Amino acid sequence: MIKVTGLSKRYGNYLAVEDVNFEIKKGEIIGFLGPNGAGKSTIMNILTGYLSLTQGKVEIDGFDIAEYPEDAKKRIGYLPEIPPLYIDMKVREYLDFIYDLKKVKFPKKAHIDEILRLVKIDNVQNRLIKNLSKGYRQRVGFAQALIGNPDILILDEPTVGLDPKQIIEIRNLIARLGKNHTIILSSHILSEIQAICKRIIIINRGQLIADDSAENLSKKLSSDRTLVARIECNEKDMLEALSSVKGVAKVTSLGKKEEGTCDFLIEPERDTDIRSAVFDRVVSRGKKLLSLSSNMASLEQVFLRLTEADNDEVRRILGQNEAPTDHKADAETQEV
Amino acid sequence: MLAIFKREFKAYFSTPIGYIVLAAFYFFLGMYFYMIYGYGVPAVHQCIMAMSTVAIFTMPILTMRLMSEDRRQKVDQALLTAPVKITSVILGKFFAAFAVYALAFLPTVIFEIIVASYVSVNILTYLYALLGAMLLGGALIAIGMFISSLTESSVLSAILTLVINILVLYMSNFAEMINISWLSSLMEKAAFVTAFERFGENVFSVVDVVYFLSIIVAFVFLSVRSLEKRRWS
Repeated sequence: MIKVTGLSKRYGNYLAVEDVNFEIKKGEIIGFLGPNGAGKSTIMNILTGYLSLTQGKVEIDGFDIAEYPEDAKKRIGYLPEIPPLYIDMKVREYLDFIYDLKKVKFPKKAHIDEILRLVKIDNVQNRLIKNLSKGYRQRVGFAQALIGNPDILILDEPTVGLDPKQIIEIRNLIARLGKNHTIILSSHILSEIQAICKRIIIINRGQLIADDSAENLSKKLSSDRTLVARIECNEKDMLEALSSVKGVAKVTSLGKKEEGTCDFLIEPERDTDIRSAVFDRVVSRGKKLLSLSSNMASLEQVFLRLTEADNDEVRRILGQNEAPTDHKADAETQEV
Repeated sequence: MLAIFKREFKAYFSTPIGYIVLAAFYFFLGMYFYMIYGYGVPAVHQCIMAMSTVAIFTMPILTMRLMSEDRRQKVDQALLTAPVKITSVILGKFFAAFAVYALAFLPTVIFEIIVASYVSVNILTYLYALLGAMLLGGALIAIGMFISSLTESSVLSAILTLVINILVLYMSNFAEMINISWLSSLMEKAAFVTAFERFGENVFSVVDVVYFLSIIVAFVFLSVRSLEKRRWS
């Protein structure tokens, strides 16, 4: 359905997208994941024909976007980061305009009515867009993308700035649309992408650094089994005691965070669960284990750190199924 | 193109812009007609010829938001990702502004009917003047549209357009101040007002029609390029 080969985009001297390749089959729901400024929007803008490309090729259902822009664009519904709305128009009026603009062939009234119901804005159809809340505007943007019932939907951060209830609604909507559309969705929030997409493409600094199923990716990202323990004890003795636990690779003291206690960062050997062993050792020394938590505060943090690392490092991490090594930083974030 | 035309034309009347422009024209047209009628010179074409000054000040208002607003509100993303050619987007906008401008001259039809019912008139004199006004307006709209496509700020667009309109219309007046003879004679000839005034002299001047039409085509083309260029930068 979508085939991207060797895609690059240069703004003056700045290389925004560098040699990106991927292919998306009909009916797939793909998540574009990356921090702000990674190049997600640029890639989406190129796929939809809004921006030109510097190098490479984009094919939409076999049509090259540069050579047959109209045929390609006909197959795409696009919701940009900021919904493209004429705020001085009424919802219905605006959708009528988009319908005419896209030269849609379906019966006009029935088609627009159906979309209004689908995105649940039929109750505001006669209101001026400028008087609508952000959530409603987002949905009008959604409706605009759906007009003409295109096979492909490209959604740039569709849930940004919405309240939790609206986010869930939009997610459900995407899931429903996913049954008969090919969808590309972008976000800088991992959990959001995980909730909707089966396949995830991670983009960082203009490069594609991972393209894998959501399951595999989260496995790779969450393989870190490092623990943080707070123990009522003497730092030196406990360091020694913990180091000799079977399966423990390395113990680092994080110092005194609470009176009479000490925090430790305990790294296990690869793929080993050392939680009970650590507990037993502490108890056997007659000390009290106050807390024991996974150093993985959230997948979010790992992802964030991944995107802060340079791309080769990230590829190594994802490729080798190895956890990032900078534990100290992570432990600190958890304390916050 | 029709979708864009309809939306832009409607937008002129869902904001005060359309009303302001029409009101200005109707007021001055009415006043001129009253004055010349009072002097016993029932020449509607002279009312039309007097409108060039009004056009200078109102065209920037008519064109200021035409392109810049889309960019500011990011609606251009909907326009440029829809399966339409950039040229038809531009033409739709151009004709919407032009339609409002054309409406501004509607009263002159009534004036002409009133005058014709009292004295015998040469309808061609009126039609030439009207044609001249349409061409002048078309050229000013095309220029304004192009300027509007260069910026995101409609205020900036309006001011720039106003300055440029004064310049192109009254180039002949500035020509006297310039000592370089070829430049001053070029400015003398290229001034819109020189070309426009010939339409008021009851002659059909092909040169001037071609001149204005080529200005329109050139600036419509430049607007297309300006939009196209944004995709590449």
